[in-house]
Amino acid sequence: MTVAELERTGLDAVDRRILVATQGGLPLVPRPYHAVAERLGLAPEDVMRRMRRLLDRGAIRRVAAVPNHYALGFRANGMSVWDVDDTRVDELGATVGALAFVSHCYRRPRVLPDWPYNLFAMVHAPTRLEVAERVATIAELLGDAARSYDILFSTAILKKSGMRLGEG
Amino acid sequence: MDEVDRMLVNRLQDGIDVVERPFAPVAAELGIPEAEVCGRLQRLVDEGWLSRFGPMIDAAALGGAFTLAALRVPAHEFERVAALVNAHPEVAHNYRREHPFNMWFVVASERAEGIGEVLAAIERETGCRAIDLPKQREYFLRLKLDAGAAR
Repeated sequence: MTVAELERTGLDAVDRRILVATQGGLPLVPRPYHAVAERLGLAPEDVMRRMRRLLDRGAIRRVAAVPNHYALGFRANGMSVWDVDDTRVDELGATVGALAFVSHCYRRPRVLPDWPYNLFAMVHAPTRLEVAERVATIAELLGDAARSYDILFSTAILKKSGMRLGEG
Repeated sequence: MDEVDRMLVNRLQDGIDVVERPFAPVAAELGIPEAEVCGRLQRLVDEGWLSRFGPMIDAAALGGAFTLAALRVPAHEFERVAALVNAHPEVAHNYRREHPFNMWFVVASERAEGIGEVLAAIERETGCRAIDLPKQREYFLRLKLDAGAAR
């Protein structure tokens, strides 16, 4: 890690070692941070203090169970995409993003004329019909502010390697 | 999966605290020992109900650069193009979707310039033009599924 990188991210080499050691999963034992500390040769209090700091800064969103959608019966995955009035997209995006069935919600640039949509909301459900019903709820919520929309169903996962930090 | 497993999956998607014994509250809530919570979580991971259990890292906060890109790939070229795209280690996820833009992938790079370089290489190798749709704003992030749907 370079000095410039440290300045940009606010993470030092020890933070990075902790993240690299835990990104694939925490040891599932009653005192997981002690197990991480032992593996890295650090004090458990230091590991916990650093992880809390990473949580506060948002470098770690949360320490949680990451469900496998497909195994849990959420077989349909629809990326709903919307062309929303630029003056209202932030206000409406926050509302859409707060819906329980929307897993991710982003504003992205349009690429005209090929791609007119600026709001993306990912919807998972057991079936395509249920995805479409949930998307209809979003359409109602957006009303006139959405000029058009589409749902892109996924039909195959071509690669899923996750984003891993390097060991370096 | 039994009822206790489902409760664990639902309860633990919101996260645990970074404390010495983080599983103690959920163990007390469910009336089972912490070791059983850990054993069940390990089994849920081993059996694939959970992708993993641990920190959800915001790679952007670590200084990386990311984008979502899409290609319009002719059907007869799809396999070939998928192999070329996936061969780039910077391509983290790649999904086939039903749309004229039928290949959607995330590009992650430790360097800001890395994104443009990878997309340019993919365009050159595949002959398909990529649309580059970096996140401008994120409105919320949660992944809360009702494991009650699991069979």
